[in-house]
Amino acid sequence: MADFNLNDVSEKYVDVLKEIGNIGAGNAMTALSQMLQCKVDMRVPQVRLLDFSEVGAIMGGEEKTMCGILLGVEGDITGSIMFLIELEAAKGLIKKLMMGYESGQSTFDDMELSALKEISNIITGAYLNSLSTLTNLMIYPTPPSLTIDMAGAILSVPAIEFGIIGDHILLIQSQFFDEVEIDGYFILIPDLPSYEKILSALGIM
Amino acid sequence: MGEIIKVGMADLKPCKAPDGVITLGLGSCVGIAIRDPGTLVGGLAHIMLPDSTAIHNSASNIAKFADTGIVELVRQMEAMGAKRNRMVAKIAGGATMFQFASQNSMMQIGARNVEATKKVLAKLGIPILAEDTGLNYGRTVTFYPETGEFHIRAVGKAETII
Repeated sequence: MADFNLNDVSEKYVDVLKEIGNIGAGNAMTALSQMLQCKVDMRVPQVRLLDFSEVGAIMGGEEKTMCGILLGVEGDITGSIMFLIELEAAKGLIKKLMMGYESGQSTFDDMELSALKEISNIITGAYLNSLSTLTNLMIYPTPPSLTIDMAGAILSVPAIEFGIIGDHILLIQSQFFDEVEIDGYFILIPDLPSYEKILSALGIM
Repeated sequence: MGEIIKVGMADLKPCKAPDGVITLGLGSCVGIAIRDPGTLVGGLAHIMLPDSTAIHNSASNIAKFADTGIVELVRQMEAMGAKRNRMVAKIAGGATMFQFASQNSMMQIGARNVEATKKVLAKLGIPILAEDTGLNYGRTVTFYPETGEFHIRAVGKAETII
């Protein structure tokens, strides 16, 4: 563990994350389309290893208002997973799920927050399932915590965790769309000892 | 009004009035603005973690840590003519972005960053004139060494000056 550096394993790890992203996004889209009862399409997710300085820019600026949902991860590995979605896109999803209900507030009321948490549970659950299937590790999410704030501020949470082991952050970008195009971002944040478990379960280390 | 220089995450920049420095979307990170009122040389550091000595790969980027980042900013300001004994600081950030029932160390990183920042500034003998830290929201901060004004912006809130 003393020599562990994210940059060293990045290539293979990124490949695996891409695969997890693909399968996870596929599962998530199926779940979403069942829940929303409409067709949901997706593009091939992109996995990027970003420098801290590039992270905010990729989402349209550090000051762009985003919804961030953070779930703890427990089981064979520990850590957390974050899902980020633009505020407007989140509103659209909620409205669809709640059959047109809209609070009209600038942020969200309790009903909308609860719906958004449900959506993020389903989407992140699908990702964790694909990770669990690929690694044969037991992985469970804990209840989500949600915040609406500047992209940079939300991203400081995973960035700090990644900062402990390097100068980059690994991001899975998924685009899915029905009537509107929605960019969603996933960040898997394993604790330091869990990296080794994931990588060895995948036969990389 | 001069140029506004951007400071990224885990980054630091010195500047001289009338220029200013800005960092966008501070979350649990801490923004440390330092100024020498004598020369009007200032600077801003955007640190992510409290302590470089607690971390293995610490050599990578010294701007990332409170201990090494603040010292480096002071050094660069001194290279521009600033005097340590005149320097004063203002700090912002260190928020807790997500609330969880079980508080682990990761969730309290904001508070730990603020604490480490204060310790480092005290060690350097630089007094803190004002702070806007903690709570649960992100901040964008702009610092003008000319006046020493530290402007703080947050989503859905009026801009404040400390």
